[in-house]
Amino acid sequence: MSLLRFFLEHRAEVVALILEHLFLVGVSIAIALLIGVPLGILLTRKPALSKPILGFANIMQTVPSLALFGFLIPVNLMLFDVRIIGGIGARTAIGALVLYALLPIIRNTFTGISGVDPAIREAGRGMGMTDRQLLLQVELPLALGVIIAGVRVATVICVGTATIAAAIDAGGLGRYIFRGLRANDNVLILAGAVPAALIALIADLFLGSLERAIRSRGAASRVRKLVWPALATALLLIVFGTSNFLRDHGASRIVVGSKDFTEQIILGELLAQTIEAKTSLQVERRFDLGGNLAHQAMIGGEIDVYVEYTGTALLAILKKPPIKDPAEAYRQVKSSYAKEFSSEWTEPLGFDNTFAILVRGDDARRDKLKTISDAARSSSQWRAGFGQDFMSRRDGYPGFARTYGFQFKEIREMDLSLTYRALAKGQVDLIAGNSTDGLISRYGLVQLEDDLHYFPPYDAVPVVRQKALENHPEVREVLKQLGGILNVEQMRELNYAVDGEQRQPKDVVREFLTHKMILIDR
Amino acid sequence: MTGNGPAIEFDNVSFEIAEGKKLLLDLNLTIDHGETVVLLGRSGSGKTTTMKMINRLLDPTSGEVRVEGISTGAWNPIKLRRRIGYVIQDIGLFPHLTIEENIGLVPRLESWPAERIRNRARELLAMVSLEPDSFAARYPVELSGGQRQRVGVARALAADPPMILLDEPFGALDPITRREIQQEFRSLQKQLGKTMVFVTHDIGEAFALATRIGLLKDGEMIFLGPPAELLASNHPEARAFVQCFHDTEKAQRCS
Repeated sequence: MSLLRFFLEHRAEVVALILEHLFLVGVSIAIALLIGVPLGILLTRKPALSKPILGFANIMQTVPSLALFGFLIPVNLMLFDVRIIGGIGARTAIGALVLYALLPIIRNTFTGISGVDPAIREAGRGMGMTDRQLLLQVELPLALGVIIAGVRVATVICVGTATIAAAIDAGGLGRYIFRGLRANDNVLILAGAVPAALIALIADLFLGSLERAIRSRGAASRVRKLVWPALATALLLIVFGTSNFLRDHGASRIVVGSKDFTEQIILGELLAQTIEAKTSLQVERRFDLGGNLAHQAMIGGEIDVYVEYTGTALLAILKKPPIKDPAEAYRQVKSSYAKEFSSEWTEPLGFDNTFAILVRGDDARRDKLKTISDAARSSSQWRAGFGQDFMSRRDGYPGFARTYGFQFKEIREMDLSLTYRALAKGQVDLIAGNSTDGLISRYGLVQLEDDLHYFPPYDAVPVVRQKALENHPEVREVLKQLGGILNVEQMRELNYAVDGEQRQPKDVVREFLTHKMILIDR
Repeated sequence: MTGNGPAIEFDNVSFEIAEGKKLLLDLNLTIDHGETVVLLGRSGSGKTTTMKMINRLLDPTSGEVRVEGISTGAWNPIKLRRRIGYVIQDIGLFPHLTIEENIGLVPRLESWPAERIRNRARELLAMVSLEPDSFAARYPVELSGGQRQRVGVARALAADPPMILLDEPFGALDPITRREIQQEFRSLQKQLGKTMVFVTHDIGEAFALATRIGLLKDGEMIFLGPPAELLASNHPEARAFVQCFHDTEKAQRCS
């Protein structure tokens, strides 16, 4: 019921996301067809190529989608001054989707044509058909059913994989799924997953019936008449698609980015709304960038400013050892970023988002747990739930366990946003969350004190490209005003307003800025 | 239309697939316009190989094949093939095309006007005893083996080529249908006066259709002459085939 209500309340957004999703899939399949069918035909003419080409396509299929998206981001493939693959956004997502769609299309084109009865091919040759006539009038029409079957598989794969594209700011229904996962909101997850599943189902049914219609006699003979219109449609779709990438970043524009969790979206809004209020610049928002994408996007010049944390920059990006003193950490990253990345760290926002070791309130009261050392003593009976991030970082699990002497009964590695719920439901007993997370109060969790000072400081600071500051010096002033604007309790409140009360980040930030007298309430 | 010289000439033609493995050995054969030469022999004797060198589906490894006085190597293969009708045992009708479209294929490749293609297809259907109104719009799967074979012959005749190659065209038919279609084919042959090369392993068929028979064994032509002479030949392979012919005749008289 609540899902239905969600759809009714957000119908415009749902429709927009569905269209984005269809667009990603449609353009990807069109490109994959333009590459895959000719390649498949080539393989039937030069069978020696079939091993390397099918092998490559096979390997592409086995690469996990998020990893493939990650590989493509630093790529910088230019064609006529236009970057066709690389960076964040639909472009790279389409690149990855095309790679996934290629295998079934190449393979089915190849097997479809190879499967044509040799007697039919010989009759055609003996009657004086040229290779081209044989291909267009006999082989392709007879292979068409098999080729469509390949397109059908490719489409269903793409509809599913495209949901993950939201992680690199490519849009589509994945936005709801990722947002839902972050906010622990099942309705939001379903709002993304259900339409995606329906699209896959409808595409499957439609292409299935098309396949049957073509396999039945007769229809295939009309294929020659379809070749040019189909080619034209595919090209149109691609041209229309690429025109999206050509949007010029005008001189009076500034792009604000954010990572892919609630706090970052709030901070992104904070930057964006302040810049909008204090300058005449047009602000473009590119939020929801997963992993280190925000950093890579900034280096690539695709975003101008986002909020980074000193600890993250030091450890995950600069690959330096942790520094316990917050002021020293800030000085280090500021000078390194100026040298290595031509970007500037401005004033810290005023709060520290470090790892928070959390337990259930009941457990804490019953066992009188105050510090992490308290917890370490009874950890052999405990199950821990950690995000992938915490497991893999240098300031994450290995050093943590060593410092405090943890010996868990079981460690479950899961998405960070799922750990809170898992803890609240008693599926795990201890998690490593974020100190500013709104869910801490929502689930009545208790943060244990880092009594051995293991975790380095994670002060939140806007990072801005020097180029952007040169073009728009007024931005420096604006960012300075944001120095010390939030403490950790306020950040938790804002996070809770979004995660716990399901309010829009836009509204929450507007309210906050108005309260802070940065925005004048109209 | 006739070119210079005989319709088809084989001049010391050999064909080997690998060093030493010869499918055809020093073949010499001249086929005149309007003649029907039947290439007879067991499976693997080189009949089909011989035939495929006429329309250049295969090129000789030594020697020369000439069609209308011109070496096949000098012909544009596409032009050459369109002058030669081709019927194979598996028929090779295109399953995605109607009977009418199958027959009209070569005329369409030759860019005949649509109306002329249609009329020609219907004319040919009638010629091979298939009612045009009921067959033109059907698909190959809807036809019996004998009907399909007739369509195969009609398709080979479509652009009115001066020569026709037939590779065991009736091999897959039951004996009765086969008899019927052979008889029809004979009258068609007389009516059209085309040069034909016909491959078969059935000596009865060879006797029924040939003006001359070429008997092949292991890639060599061991006999070439009119059917009557074959009966008198002393070559063991010829006698084996003749013996077989007498046996079938007897068997058929009994039944």
